[in-house]
Amino acid sequence: MIQAKYTVVRGDYARAGEASADIKRTLKQLGVDSSTLRRIAVASYESELNMVIHSLGGTLTLVIDNDRVKLTSNDLGPGIFDVNEAMQEGYSTADDIARNYGFGAGMGLPNMRRNADKFAIYSMVPDGTTIEMEFNIG
Amino acid sequence: MMTIEQIITALDARVLRGHDKLDQNIYCACCSDLMSDVLAFVNNEKTALLTGLTNIQVVRTAEMLDLKCLIFARGKVPDEQVLDAADELGLVVLTAPRTMFTCAGILFEGGVRGASLPWPGLES
Repeated sequence: MIQAKYTVVRGDYARAGEASADIKRTLKQLGVDSSTLRRIAVASYESELNMVIHSLGGTLTLVIDNDRVKLTSNDLGPGIFDVNEAMQEGYSTADDIARNYGFGAGMGLPNMRRNADKFAIYSMVPDGTTIEMEFNIG
Repeated sequence: MMTIEQIITALDARVLRGHDKLDQNIYCACCSDLMSDVLAFVNNEKTALLTGLTNIQVVRTAEMLDLKCLIFARGKVPDEQVLDAADELGLVVLTAPRTMFTCAGILFEGGVRGASLPWPGLES
């Protein structure tokens, strides 16, 4: 079993994506096929960006166990008031900084759900949000 | 399909990085300043990204999707740090002295097609 944990810093757009790039490199070295690799990388990057844009910071954890990859994002708040609303395509509360970087279209959460084989989101205001994603790589 | 060499000629583009990788084939192109949409809609690695956005997240988006070529429209040139990050990933980076609309039209005319839309409810 391989495990790695990455810290994601609020508002750090310059480094956003570095954790996901590292996760992608790790999985590539394990021989994961390119289409699965792309799905995992996109979902990971979206979750990392969400923490940079919306949260007070958090962690992204990778667990590789045989033929399954589990990615968990865990942030420090402020939580999502209405998760169902946040899951809708096009719904966004991103600010102008995020939009200047090309994000905030309201596609992040739906894109994670679409790319993951299993997706779960738990959120509490003001404690934070946890997203669990699983991918089959067998 | 067009080779990157053909794209350079058609767009009067200048090569900023990846001079040794211009013989690659490009089947698809995505034209957007919204990386969220690029991440949602591009699913073919032989894709060029045509954009007017020049920050580091354009390179990261290309990295996640295994894209081969970045084309900056309207003659835009990203800063050295962004170009070097793209170079490290083996991307070809071009700048074209035309608007995004014109670039897209020329590529389409040359046989490059848009990304399919794998999103439920949207036509392919």
